[in-house]
Amino acid sequence: MSFVDTFFNWDVLVRALPLLLSGLKVTAQLGAVSIVAGLLLGLVVALTRLYTPGPLRLVAKVYIDVFRSIPLLVLLIVVYYALPFVGIRLSPFLSAVCALTAVSGAYTAEIFRAGIEAIPKGQFEASYALGLKFRHTMADVVLPQAIRIVIPPLTNNSINVIKDTALASVVAMPDLLKQATQAQALEANPTPLIVAALIYLVMLWPLVLLVGRLELRLGEGR
Amino acid sequence: MAAIVSIRSLSKHFGSFAALSEVSLDVEAGEVVCIVGPSGAGKSTLIRCINRLEEYDPPGQIVVDGNEVRRGKHLSAIRADVGMVFQSFNLFPHMTVIDNVTLAPRRVRRMSEKAAGDRATRLLERVGMLSHSHKYPSQLSGGQQQRVAIARALAMEPRVLLFDEPTSALDPEMVGEVLDVMQALAGSGVTMIIVTHEMEFARKVADRVVFMDGGRLIEEGTPGALFDTPREPRTRAFLNAVLTR
Repeated sequence: MSFVDTFFNWDVLVRALPLLLSGLKVTAQLGAVSIVAGLLLGLVVALTRLYTPGPLRLVAKVYIDVFRSIPLLVLLIVVYYALPFVGIRLSPFLSAVCALTAVSGAYTAEIFRAGIEAIPKGQFEASYALGLKFRHTMADVVLPQAIRIVIPPLTNNSINVIKDTALASVVAMPDLLKQATQAQALEANPTPLIVAALIYLVMLWPLVLLVGRLELRLGEGR
Repeated sequence: MAAIVSIRSLSKHFGSFAALSEVSLDVEAGEVVCIVGPSGAGKSTLIRCINRLEEYDPPGQIVVDGNEVRRGKHLSAIRADVGMVFQSFNLFPHMTVIDNVTLAPRRVRRMSEKAAGDRATRLLERVGMLSHSHKYPSQLSGGQQQRVAIARALAMEPRVLLFDEPTSALDPEMVGEVLDVMQALAGSGVTMIIVTHEMEFARKVADRVVFMDGGRLIEEGTPGALFDTPREPRTRAFLNAVLTR
């Protein structure tokens, strides 16, 4: 068998494509939901870590440290295979979303914290001196500036979340990678895997380029 | 007349260092008080205590317009009535000039966009910045930014306006435009407490000048009395050093 017939087999590709596209859809959904949930969770955890009194702050800090330490694959398997023993039975999709969100939330929290801490003290003082309460100071003064700073690292984190969705194939999620391995087994040909790899690449390369451009552009204005 | 700001035996320690020792000061409505003194005298610390950007030691007390400035849910309401202009302007860089000026009236006073905009327009005209309404702070010079910051503080119609070395971060050629705006304000009856190194300005504009050194209020009086016939040796030494330059 020639190299092309093995890795870029057109007939295999055509037959596998519907399966791959359905997998891509699942990957995209999983990525989108986890990214958005992770951003919201991260913001809440960052604010808790920075501005709440003792015990809550400690909880936030422990949360961040634990979920940055635990390997995502381990967490995913624990959620899917271990939680049912205590009566918590989540669908593969929900398991994957929970694991991805929990980890992404921890990283995002640290990114938001760094962004908020980068805002000069004078901005807080000017806002408080005008009589703005904490929530308006955050919503109108601090976060709009902080978010501008953290867009590049947040985009980076989002890329990681999308890449990590591939791990969900171990809990029987019919995502892009899972469908590709199935198609490969079915066809006894690795073409679907190669195509899946190319799809990941096409999806994420522009985002990687975007991060570089954002860093340049947002770096200028400061 | 009742004092708008009443400071009673205010002390503040950083560890064992006394930034303020037993400072008492009353400022009446419409009065313009300039605080002068060497660097590290506690001037800025004192006025930053008035809206509690700085904590102070018990049992010191500050009362603004009849309300004690205390931590708690009334603090932001008191702060809303105390305007502050900072040395480094502290405009919000992500907002246009007009948005900087309308933000607090809209959020704190719950004014409509239209009403807050009208007020901002009036104030920006007053400080000579109306034609720059839609620029961002980074597009303005230091003097222009500080004039916007004054309009922003005035937009809350504060009972008293605090100035923390408002011209110290400015290039020399821009000091005048900011002092002119401040002088016009002083003439219009706004109560002002000004920490400044501009002695000529203090002499011209102040109703009363306060000299501080080493965290203490050393001497106070009319500009004429304090600048021309200072009683305390420390005041004399300071004035000799700054005025003979």
